[in-house]
Amino acid sequence: MEWVNAILQGTLLGGLYALFAAGLSLIFGVMRLVNIAHGDLIVLAAYLGLTVTSTIGVHPLLALAIVVPAMALIGYVLQRGILNFTLGDDLLPPLLVTFGLSVILQNALLEVYTADPQKMNAGALETASIPVGDLAVGVLPLLTFAFAIAVIAALQFVFYRTALGRAFRAVSDNQDIAQLMGLNRRHIFGLAMALALAVTAIAGILLGIRTSFDPSSGGGRLIFGFEAVIIGGLGNLWGTLAGGVILGVAQNIGAQINPGWQLLAGHLAFLVVLAIRPRGLFPRISG
Amino acid sequence: MPDPILKTEGLNSFYGDFQALFDLDIHVEEGEVLAIIGANGAGKTTLMRSITGLLKNGANEVSYRNEPIGHLRADQIASKGLALVPEGRQLFPSLSVEENLLIGGRVGRPGPWNLKTVCELFPILDERRNVPSTALSGGQQQMVAIGRALMSNPDLLLFDEISLGLAPVIIKTIYDALPGIVGEGMSAVIVEQDISKALAFSSRVYCLQEGRVSLEGASSTVSRDDISRAYFGVE
Repeated sequence: MEWVNAILQGTLLGGLYALFAAGLSLIFGVMRLVNIAHGDLIVLAAYLGLTVTSTIGVHPLLALAIVVPAMALIGYVLQRGILNFTLGDDLLPPLLVTFGLSVILQNALLEVYTADPQKMNAGALETASIPVGDLAVGVLPLLTFAFAIAVIAALQFVFYRTALGRAFRAVSDNQDIAQLMGLNRRHIFGLAMALALAVTAIAGILLGIRTSFDPSSGGGRLIFGFEAVIIGGLGNLWGTLAGGVILGVAQNIGAQINPGWQLLAGHLAFLVVLAIRPRGLFPRISG
Repeated sequence: MPDPILKTEGLNSFYGDFQALFDLDIHVEEGEVLAIIGANGAGKTTLMRSITGLLKNGANEVSYRNEPIGHLRADQIASKGLALVPEGRQLFPSLSVEENLLIGGRVGRPGPWNLKTVCELFPILDERRNVPSTALSGGQQQMVAIGRALMSNPDLLLFDEISLGLAPVIIKTIYDALPGIVGEGMSAVIVEQDISKALAFSSRVYCLQEGRVSLEGASSTVSRDDISRAYFGVE
């Protein structure tokens, strides 16, 4: 029964990892940008949530109504103001610039919020659980997983059923020709980053309710996000959810064997997938 | 004579460090079909890229309806009513046939062309509208590329090497459709390697050679000898 529990909790944890990963996946898919600062942006969203909840005293989930648009705006400005200038044939400039951004964000957060670990208070939600047979399923992890499914379904809808998604795919395919169709790629990239950071805001708030965080927590979230994307296969959003679940389950099984093996087991699962299926489990069909 | 719809004045364009066009002066009259011929490397595609804004130029080097556009981005130029059917078709591989056409209509200019009228022009596209664009034959892809450009209801349509790599029977189908496309007051520029096709479907012709105009004249009066000289630079 402990094993069933480990797998169940790991699956739900995978929802959070999928939320970390979805923004990364979207950005890479649209503009081939690997955002090293992604984890720190998740932590930034958590801190913004903390500020909103402590200043106006609302529940962290209600803070989403402010943090999601705020992060989307930050994303658009960041893309138009900085990141667009790093994009080109070379993958290195965006890597270096987002790495620098990561350092700046961490230090700015340290300056404003100090190094003390913080946590958002979600009241009864944090400890509520639903009995399932002999197990107890936490309401918060269940809610997180539901958010992950909803976010990925929504992104999937935007990508494949709307004019904006068509524009994302067209710009991703061929920037010059997309420009000829009247699409300003800089604006489209800005919208893609806005959408990615809106998802990041949801991930950050759920992270901040679940565990404590501090200005240096971003790196770990980035790794989990990366691993979920790679396991699932680049460019496949549902694959990213599967990648998150595999990572979460591997970590929980590892922790079940020995509490010290939690992270190691996740990384091992990632390496095994990378060794056997270098393109991930569910790569997008057209290269 | 009315003002030309498009004009280049002293256009110098570069392909990397290499200068591809030298002080080029050409113009397109309102409502005419202009042919641009020339050997490989004469600068035809560079000219198309300069006109559409994929290459940046000095503002006054390219003007559209007497307005300088040389410095504008491609999307800004597209919204003024200028569309390109690019060399090699260049459809969006991750979009279906219908989505490729819809992207073309994004500019949102009013006019006769929409999904329905484009599918009437090329009925095969209607049958295959939900197929990925990569699954089509070369000729069908060319029809999508033309339809995609038409969807923006342009006033000036540029065709870059539309017969390149296609079977003769397909080329005929596509050229047969041209009068129906450029008939309605639209101006067009046809860049073509096939000289007889270019002359048959145009009213005026420029021949480019090493980035300069080597011949200009009415398509019906230029002689084969003139063209050979202008094309190859042989005296």
